[in-house]
Amino acid sequence: MSKIWKLDNDIDTDIILPTEYLAFETVQEMKPYAFSPLRPDLAAQIQPGDMIVAGNNFGCGSSREQAPEVVKALGISCIVAKSFARIFFRNAINNGLLLIEQPDLYDEVAEGDEAEVIPGKEIIVNGKSYPIASLPENLTEILEAGGLVKAMRKRNGLD
Amino acid sequence: MGMTMAEKIIAAAAGKESCKAGDIETVTLDRLMSNDGTTHLTIDMYNNLKKPRIADVDKLVWIIDHNIPADSPKTAASHKKMRDFAKEHGITFYEGEGVCHQVMMEKHVRPGELIFGADSHTCAYGALGAFGTGVGCTDYLYAMVTGTSWLLVPETIRFNLHGTLKKGVYARDLILTIIGRISANGANYKAMEFAGDGLKGLSIADRISICNLCVEAGAKTALMEVDDVALDYLKAHGREPKAIFKSDDDAVFSEVFDIDLSEIEPIVAKPHFVDNIVPVSECEGTKIDEAFLGSCNNGRIEDLRVGAEVIKGKHVADKVRFLVVPASREVYKQALKEGLLDIFMNAGAMVMNPNCSVCWGACQGVIGEGETLISTGTRNFKGRAGHKDSFVYLASAATVTASAIKGYITSAEVQ
Amino acid sequence: MGHTLVEKIIGNKVGHEVKPGDIVTVDVDWCMIDDIMVPFAVQKFEEMGFKKVAKPEGVVLIYDHFLPATQVDDSRHFRVGDEFADKYGIKNVHRTDGICHQLMTEAGYVKPGDIAFGTDSHTVTYGCVGAFSTGIGYTEMAGILGTGQLWIKVPETIKVEIEGTLHGNVTSKDIILRIIGDLTASGATYQAIEFTGSTVDAMSVASRMTMSNMSVEAGAKCGLFAPDEKTCDYCKIPFDDKLKELRSDNDAKYSKILRYKAEDFKPVCACPSLVDNIKPVKELKGTKVNQVFIGSCTNGRLEDLRAAATILKGKHVAPFVKLIVTPASRKIYREALADGTLEILSDAGAIITTPGCGLCCGRGGGILSDDEVVVATNNRNFLGRMGTSKVQIYLASPVTAAATAIAGEIVEG
Repeated sequence: MSKIWKLDNDIDTDIILPTEYLAFETVQEMKPYAFSPLRPDLAAQIQPGDMIVAGNNFGCGSSREQAPEVVKALGISCIVAKSFARIFFRNAINNGLLLIEQPDLYDEVAEGDEAEVIPGKEIIVNGKSYPIASLPENLTEILEAGGLVKAMRKRNGLD
Repeated sequence: MGMTMAEKIIAAAAGKESCKAGDIETVTLDRLMSNDGTTHLTIDMYNNLKKPRIADVDKLVWIIDHNIPADSPKTAASHKKMRDFAKEHGITFYEGEGVCHQVMMEKHVRPGELIFGADSHTCAYGALGAFGTGVGCTDYLYAMVTGTSWLLVPETIRFNLHGTLKKGVYARDLILTIIGRISANGANYKAMEFAGDGLKGLSIADRISICNLCVEAGAKTALMEVDDVALDYLKAHGREPKAIFKSDDDAVFSEVFDIDLSEIEPIVAKPHFVDNIVPVSECEGTKIDEAFLGSCNNGRIEDLRVGAEVIKGKHVADKVRFLVVPASREVYKQALKEGLLDIFMNAGAMVMNPNCSVCWGACQGVIGEGETLISTGTRNFKGRAGHKDSFVYLASAATVTASAIKGYITSAEVQ
Repeated sequence: MGHTLVEKIIGNKVGHEVKPGDIVTVDVDWCMIDDIMVPFAVQKFEEMGFKKVAKPEGVVLIYDHFLPATQVDDSRHFRVGDEFADKYGIKNVHRTDGICHQLMTEAGYVKPGDIAFGTDSHTVTYGCVGAFSTGIGYTEMAGILGTGQLWIKVPETIKVEIEGTLHGNVTSKDIILRIIGDLTASGATYQAIEFTGSTVDAMSVASRMTMSNMSVEAGAKCGLFAPDEKTCDYCKIPFDDKLKELRSDNDAKYSKILRYKAEDFKPVCACPSLVDNIKPVKELKGTKVNQVFIGSCTNGRLEDLRAAATILKGKHVAPFVKLIVTPASRKIYREALADGTLEILSDAGAIITTPGCGLCCGRGGGILSDDEVVVATNNRNFLGRMGTSKVQIYLASPVTAAATAIAGEIVEG
């Protein structure tokens, strides 16, 4: 079961990680500042395995890959939103962060609810099932490899 | 017994006939300059006073020059505090018009004035025969509220300048040489006074450069005799002297140096002290990452002309960042009209908005770990321009520009 | 059945017809890596185990976000980039020349029909010359560096048709803001936007850049203009038969068509803190401002500076208001020096900074404090983008920005 953190529509990349912190050498250093313009305390509250539920257009804005990386580093297991911005979507998959588009969940759950995610099939919250689609094959491959770096290492005969 | 220039200015400010070195005098200030380095602290202290009031608001000049445009929410907040206070109280206020000391020279300083500035390089005003000295924000606040302060009348070291500088040698080389000779604390508490026939060959830009750097020898102030060069500058900027003072022939100096300007050579101050000087040739070949032409010390039109002359038709070395920062809007516009800005931009330099830039080590052009900067700025202290493990060499506009072209320290002559 | 412009660009590249939804692997003409992302891309490239860069001549490194450096670690990014370039034979490195998206077309890299990817979302800008270009993350960039290729899904196209003549104080910025407002910030997600009609035909390439640049703010994958004579003049290439073919067929299929009359556009602002929160400037009259910013890859070009100068000539910025002008590139700075534009702006009290991303990327160049209001010509007004989350950011055209700087409150130019 994953605890739900609920965020709004149009959560942009400057909210997910402000430009100020992009130059930190490691994602670990960036972690405390995730979501800071909107909810400065959130990063400290998130526990490994938690999930984010959001509205439309999650991750809109810049191509900064630090955004999905920092979310993954916080331990978020997946993000469920009505829709995602496209660069964020690719970046998340390339980092092995699961993103799920689901039209109804956002309107019906509250922050703090517990959810069970069965990839490619459904999300169960408060006893109700919300169907979810599977990813295209080329993306599933990247996800299953554990991200694009690992997929490329495999291609280059390293792993 | 005769008096020095410093004694005369202080006596006048104290409303007395005379005073002598070692006396403590209560003086009325003519002008009080403060910049965004510390003004927010002054405002905080002011607001903590019981029923505070400003003694004479017309004497206050506040200038945002260190972090302009603001580079962080913190500096933006301190600027806002300063701007709002200035607006509320009707304080003369400049933002983005240039480095405070240059703006003061262009718009406010008059011969014979006694000026406090909440910045150590306030001693630059001696180029126009004014007694300028740097104070902390507590002293500043007291002067702001009372209009007065106390001052220990300094002894004076007199420098008699003779002859003229050789071609390719600049006022910057002269003052660095002097600081090297008397050391970084050689003029502690003292006034450094410059006179002699050598003065007439020095432009106002040269004089500001010399006086400005005297604090690096520990001086309380620097003073130069006012002559036609100074009066012409003043007239061109629409001002009249308050009073013109000159040391009496029988004035007492703690030391007197006679300096033959023709003997001065191009100099570099090596890390991490301003008095760590060597001839440029000793540093020849030291690889640089960044070069900086600007600051209250060397960002005037005369300095930009020197740099432009050196770089015209050439190009900044690969991987070197060359920051060119006119000291004020007046300098910027003049350089624009003369085509100098285009020469620099065409050569691959970065022309910036007038401000303190990397001389202040924040906001613009900060250098990283292990990097080396050659600079016309005022200081080369450890960490001054950025990372604590970085290196700053100080030199003239010509040497800095020549080094930017080569990618290593070299003199314009070697080019 | 006919094809849209983006389908033709991708189809030409892969050598067969494509339709929306197809997933294809393309050879990449240009990779642009900006200074923020250089160390991350390099690290991923090394982790992936590549021994060489597949096509070094197609890689361009550009230092712009951290110039001038404001923090002690910034120059590490330059150093990592320089070392990577030296090691892998990358010759195209711009260290102090201006904003990446300006340079990619201005310096002669991206041409009509090319496919380009960049580590910055505004890579969509190159659609102004009829190239397919879009932003990606640094991991994907590392993959392209090693393989020279990337998979893409062929997007559907939203066609925007604008006919007629604009009012004097309306610019392409007002148009794209209005379109984003109409589409919403996610209305074009995964899709291409194609701009057509007599109004865009009459526009300069610079004006088109503004619109391509901001397409991403509606979520678009790219924002395209079919190449024409102007495009080719700008790119210094002949407008040959092949390029004349590079436009949507009459029977191409669109996911949506938006039709506008040029005369209906008004000066608008994107109000805090969403790019699709669009209001007419007239409705905002009286909103006091603390600062105005003219610059960025959206509106830092010569025609933008000139438009501002026309309004500011002989006037002065309002007391206690700052006007910051950041030309988008070294070339633009020099042109604006040569034609007197910078002198007019400086006379009017503008603070003219060195070319770079400046305030737009929020790491310098005029950061603001709580409750301050800024009118800016750049592309994003997100919460906290230019300082604290209490800064109010309004996006507008250079015309509106210049007039606002003089008035000290938001007004039409």
